Amino acid sequence: MTNVRVDAVTAGYGGPPILTDLNLSVDSGEFIAVLGSSGSGKTTLLRVLAGFLTPTHGTVSFGDHQVSGPGVWVPPEKRRVGIVPQEGALFPHLDVQKNVGFGLDNSAQSKDRVREVLTMVGMNDFAGARPQELSGGQQQRVALARALAPRPDVLLLDEPFSALDAGLRATLRTEVRGLLTALGTTSIMVTHDQEEALSIADKVAVMRNGQLVQMSEPASLYQDPADIETARFVGDSVELPATYSGGDSVHTPLGTVRIRGSIPVNAGSLTAVLRPEQLVLVDPRPVGGAVAQGGLGAVNGVTYHGHDSLVHITLTSGESLSVRVPGESTVSLGESVRVIPTGPASVYSN
Amino acid sequence: MTRSSGIRPPRPLIAAAVVSACLALIPLFYLIVRVASAGPEKILSSLLRARTWETTATSVSLMVVVVVGCLIIAIPAAALLTRTNLPGRRLWLTALALPLAIPSYVAAYAWLAQFPAMSGFWAAALILIAVSYPYVLLPVAAALRSTDPAIEEVARSLGRSQFAAFRTTTLPQAMPAAAAGSLLVGLYVLSDFGAVSLFRVDAFTRVIFASYRASFDRTSAAVLASILVLLALILVFAERKVRGRSLQYRSASGTQRKAVLTRLSIRGRVFGWGFVTVVIAIAIIVPVASLLIRLAEGSRRPLDVVELVQATLSSAGAAATGAVIAVALALPIGLLTARYRSKWSTGTETAAFAGHALPGVVIGLSLVFLTINAVPFLYQTLFTLAFAYAVLFLPKSIGATRTSIAAVPPILEQTARTLGRNPLGAWANTTLRLAWPGIAAGGLLVLLTAMKELPATLMLRPTGFDTLATELWSRTEIAAYGAAAPYALALIALAAVPAFTLSLAMSKSNKLSDQQELPQLDTVSQ
Repeated sequence: MTNVRVDAVTAGYGGPPILTDLNLSVDSGEFIAVLGSSGSGKTTLLRVLAGFLTPTHGTVSFGDHQVSGPGVWVPPEKRRVGIVPQEGALFPHLDVQKNVGFGLDNSAQSKDRVREVLTMVGMNDFAGARPQELSGGQQQRVALARALAPRPDVLLLDEPFSALDAGLRATLRTEVRGLLTALGTTSIMVTHDQEEALSIADKVAVMRNGQLVQMSEPASLYQDPADIETARFVGDSVELPATYSGGDSVHTPLGTVRIRGSIPVNAGSLTAVLRPEQLVLVDPRPVGGAVAQGGLGAVNGVTYHGHDSLVHITLTSGESLSVRVPGESTVSLGESVRVIPTGPASVYSN
Repeated sequence: MTRSSGIRPPRPLIAAAVVSACLALIPLFYLIVRVASAGPEKILSSLLRARTWETTATSVSLMVVVVVGCLIIAIPAAALLTRTNLPGRRLWLTALALPLAIPSYVAAYAWLAQFPAMSGFWAAALILIAVSYPYVLLPVAAALRSTDPAIEEVARSLGRSQFAAFRTTTLPQAMPAAAAGSLLVGLYVLSDFGAVSLFRVDAFTRVIFASYRASFDRTSAAVLASILVLLALILVFAERKVRGRSLQYRSASGTQRKAVLTRLSIRGRVFGWGFVTVVIAIAIIVPVASLLIRLAEGSRRPLDVVELVQATLSSAGAAATGAVIAVALALPIGLLTARYRSKWSTGTETAAFAGHALPGVVIGLSLVFLTINAVPFLYQTLFTLAFAYAVLFLPKSIGATRTSIAAVPPILEQTARTLGRNPLGAWANTTLRLAWPGIAAGGLLVLLTAMKELPATLMLRPTGFDTLATELWSRTEIAAYGAAAPYALALIALAAVPAFTLSLAMSKSNKLSDQQELPQLDTVSQ
């Protein structure tokens, strides 16, 4: 059981640094997804952890051992990390069992271990196969077995599912998640796919411009992002101008909306962020004598996703927003609607 | 993937690469030393001598005539064989590439055996055109084949006739390939020794060899060699420049349709067939027929099989030693350039590519000077000869090594590290293990090419040591054409393998990325 600590790490390839003053702390046995767009430095972070790249500043520790820091540098082969590279990167000249046994010695126990991990990933029947004979998903399974065989303290996964088709990706990541939870291996997976990160990890670490912006459990990351850019990156967002209206609410074009957490210190001009599923559409005509809530607008487009639809609306006050409705939407283009917020919003000062 | 190697190269690797590059530079360095030590007065008098300028004029004119001749043959032939429906065009293209397998001195010998009166500038020009036009034809054909037909279609829809559209849109895209090919031909002509010597043309190589033989006035030989190297260096650098530009011309990826072929009329077909037949007759049929006739005549006398086998084995022994040295020198440089882009990699690579600008006759001359003056116990030894081969063909070996290593993803080696291997073990178990077949194939190519090397072998071989090339040479010199035939045939057989790989590489050159080695002139295909 090993925790991972990255303290004030700066690293790069000679030019401007890719990682600047980065901090990350992963508890023992945790599964962390590092989420970032391309160029955010997430792969560089993985390379620093694996020991392929030496940071110019800062320290990296696995458990009680510092593996990188001033005057300290443990080479990759001594770090007890396993790596599952993109598209597997199996050794093309070795068959499956030799690939998996590459990190083990030639003893009889090693043979058993190879069989054991191959069984774990469901590839025992392919022990003698060549990497070229395997499908993409099978190659990833073998790559995982190869990384797990020497019982690493830390497992690093570099966009392991990105090359697979959608159906397989979902199945395999659930399976891998289950396996890693059972083994209790500290795991760090790099991905640019927010859905993947949210669905698989204990915690998601969002990276931007070489720094860690936020690290939270998936639900709180999605519902309460640290800033607007993060909010946009982890899912569809509805952004509305807001002013503080006392108590725990703000005033927006959709009326008064409850907020999550505390009011920003600079409470002048604010932006309230909601998720499209926190909005509902109702008939614009007033029903009975009820006070008209929400905001009026007109439908200017619908994007159909199968399990749900996004209805794009322009409010009479001028703002554009999207509302998620389950299944197919019943509104038609140009129809006038009333949008009512249901959930608490996150607010940020401008 | 170049990013992944952003780490600084390990020191021992830099050291090994620098040592390799320095060894490859020895002949050039010693040539400069030799010239400088003659003193300014002697250099000046050598430079001002009429013969120096006559030689330069002869070599440069020969180069120009041959390049123009190659363009006149290659561009129409390439267009005919890639953009028209001429029946049998694939077969014709293969046949037209065959001269790559005929060393220039073998072609010259074959023509001389049939027409003993042939001599002089124009005879040499004819033979050199006949053996070197494929260096232009193959890349131009590849470029024409890979141009996007949509561009020509746009020109058609804008009102150009079919020929005008081809001439104004497609052909310009093949020009960088033609230019690069022309520079290779120029380099080939400058460093050619066999054809100019057999036809008694006083080009650099023949004059340098003669003044070395005459063994007086070696300063003038060294000065001439320096001018030759200077000209060759200009061509080598120009070729690199042009090659870079031709890569930029390539249009974006995406699915490419095949060009619609021009339908030839009956007259067009007959004309096309006539054209390629004449070229093939001059380049292939005459020399091969002459060779076979000589062989038939020569068989009246018993062929000394023992001598032939011995010459082959001697050739192979020296060439194999050279190939091993070349691979050893190429390994650190190839590794450095494939994995770490830095000033070290470009510097050592450029230095090692000096072999391109050093014709065999120059390397021979420089190593003769060096061994006589500095290390007499190495003078005319097998080791010195093998070293000359290694320097001469080092670029070939570096190309093969770099391409093979670059084809192995660095992540494999890194993964091996995380699985507990030390740096050297991880490298040997993944990168080297996977690149080895390509590196060894490069070595084999060096071996086969070195076996037909002539000028450096003539100057550096131990007394009594005969190779196929020198045996052919000495028999041709005394007009013993029949006795020379088996050696010529053996040399063509040897040259076939490197020629085949070269023509394959040239035909595919448009698909190569800038990482890969484009076909380079091997200075001793001649």
